[in-house]
Amino acid sequence: MRLRRRTPGEGPWPWLAAGCVSVSLLMVLALLLLLGTRGLGHFWPADIERVTLHDGQVFAGVAVREEASAPGQATSEERLYYTANRALDGATWRWVALEDIARRDRPEQLSVIEHGRWGTLIGYIDETASNEQRLVIHTQRGQRTDLPRTGIIEHYRPNAMSWVDKILAWGRGVWHFLSQGPRSANTEGGVWPAIFGTILMVLLMSVVVTPFGVLAAIYLNEIADQGRATRLVRIAVRNLAGVPSIVYGVFGLGVFVYGLGGTLDTLFYSDRLPSPTFGTGGLLWASLTLALLTLPVVIVATEEGLARIPDAQREGALALGATRIEMLRRVVLPMAVPAMLTGVILAIARAAGEVAPLLLVGVAKLAPQVPVDDTFPFLHLERKFMHLGYHILDVGFYSGDVEAAMPLLYATALLLVLVIVVLNLTAIFLRHHVKSRHGALPR
Amino acid sequence: MPVFDPETRRAPEAPAKESAITDIPAASSALEIEGLTLSYGEATALKGLTLRIPRQRVTAFIGPSGCGKSTLLRALNRLHDLNETVHRQGTIVLEGEEIHAPGIEVAELRRRVGMVFQAPNPFPMSIYENVAFGLRLQGGLKRRQRDEVIEWALSSAALWDEVKDRLHDSAWSLSGGQQQRLVIARTLAVQPEVLLLDEPASALDPISTLKIEELIRNLKSRLTLVLVTHNMQQAARVSDYTAYLHGGELVEYAPTDQLFTNPRLAQTENYITGRMT
Repeated sequence: MRLRRRTPGEGPWPWLAAGCVSVSLLMVLALLLLLGTRGLGHFWPADIERVTLHDGQVFAGVAVREEASAPGQATSEERLYYTANRALDGATWRWVALEDIARRDRPEQLSVIEHGRWGTLIGYIDETASNEQRLVIHTQRGQRTDLPRTGIIEHYRPNAMSWVDKILAWGRGVWHFLSQGPRSANTEGGVWPAIFGTILMVLLMSVVVTPFGVLAAIYLNEIADQGRATRLVRIAVRNLAGVPSIVYGVFGLGVFVYGLGGTLDTLFYSDRLPSPTFGTGGLLWASLTLALLTLPVVIVATEEGLARIPDAQREGALALGATRIEMLRRVVLPMAVPAMLTGVILAIARAAGEVAPLLLVGVAKLAPQVPVDDTFPFLHLERKFMHLGYHILDVGFYSGDVEAAMPLLYATALLLVLVIVVLNLTAIFLRHHVKSRHGALPR
Repeated sequence: MPVFDPETRRAPEAPAKESAITDIPAASSALEIEGLTLSYGEATALKGLTLRIPRQRVTAFIGPSGCGKSTLLRALNRLHDLNETVHRQGTIVLEGEEIHAPGIEVAELRRRVGMVFQAPNPFPMSIYENVAFGLRLQGGLKRRQRDEVIEWALSSAALWDEVKDRLHDSAWSLSGGQQQRLVIARTLAVQPEVLLLDEPASALDPISTLKIEELIRNLKSRLTLVLVTHNMQQAARVSDYTAYLHGGELVEYAPTDQLFTNPRLAQTENYITGRMT
């Protein structure tokens, strides 16, 4: 009798597999950590330093980081200060060699003033000269300016703030980032229109793609003859999922924007021509394009769900006197709902992060008006919209102030991840709810 | 020990009396099957079957796997319609109506000829909704009437006492035997005239099997039952008539007592005594 192990051991495979999982997990954690620290740290009200140089110059700014100087220069290390005051100085950043610094201190009176039109300013608020309408500020370098109070978003004195105050201010900063529109060519302010645009577009896309995909899957799996033609269509659908997204963008531009949109314009909006209404990129066309892009995903997922339903369930319904339509509607479809939602989850995950096709069919660098407002018809499908993914691209590549854009880049990326996670969790929660109501499929 | 010799044990050839198939007069038969030939694509599953199924009796189809007994059963409520590869010839008459006639509505036929499958297949709904399923398809019942029919159906399937306090629990929370009785209740609720049972107890434990068999015996006072089974003892226990099918042909059809105690053909005897290979 030999029950001993045939092989000396399982070898390295379990460890290798576990290692791969660990590496993947670590990478995801590292990604989130990077986005989190770089993005969220931006909103922390850091202390402002008053820097006195050996040559007598004085300025105020927030220390950002230090770098070794380029070789060949006299100094060894330089520090980057964020000095704000673009409206006054024309520059927001200043590199200072460490050797040049004579003294650094943190006067409590130094304030950060965020103004809608003037951008961010650092200076001393002159309470005696200010009045109800105007706020007078003296900068460290001696400039004097007065701002209308109406444009001021916030002002605070980080050097005088306690930890609690700073945490509250950080929370306010994050909130402003989430709830306000962008300023200064997207390098300051918030991303609310982009969040709104992303979510609205994804929801519209889901509303379009779900019924289409589900009906197509039902036809393929339940109604069509399972012949060669059906098999061909099925293969074609699966392959459609692999077409590069930019190709869908081109298709959307040609068919939806120029074709459908152009026709709509000549039929209903001819009074506004030649300026296009629907004949240009917009929310509707972007949603339709992404719906087309994600259609295969929904079809495949739903079809797999339908195929998993035992024929005994179908026959059971028919044997009770149900017609085929009644059987589909009352037994098969309810059982396929979790699979459909899985398809929608996958579609959302794919669509929310797609940027390339949007470039062609309606995303805008700046569209502070969100596509929903209080004027009829409330939902403006023809409007261009902002999108978090495109916002990242824009801030990262087309912004004039890279230093200012970097933290926003990270924060926006984090936000995009969070938005997708929230959308997915919603759909997963829905699916779980449906599952627990109907019970799991028998194995 | 004497070695079995089919020659010496051969039952007497068909006696003078008429074939058992015709013993059942047309007037007392629920279903009359005539010349039924059925094929899946090229493969012929039933070869010109002719038999009558008596009203308010239990008729069992026995035979080895692949003999066509399930195929025959599924032909009786036109469940083969779903499969395009199936071709049929011959007629099936239910209470005087040919079920393939042009004016026949299949859904109504299937209501009148209910079916219970081998594996319990309750829908993923509550116990109540499972039984209400067929009723809702018919429509026209007030909530109170529906409740009454559901209680009656569950009682008829000997399940009411076990589930009356949990009618709104998932049907999948029931045991296998309870699920099968629920499926029977669901079928009874729409008042069928014929109940087809395709190996209804083969997936169940012995106690549940006994309950199902008892149920079958009780139900025959109300409706016609047709039972397909692999279990010879089961056929002997519950059925009034037994048909032995082999290779798509009806070999022998007789009252159960006669078929099991005194089969006319050696082939039948070999099968029921387990000597058939």
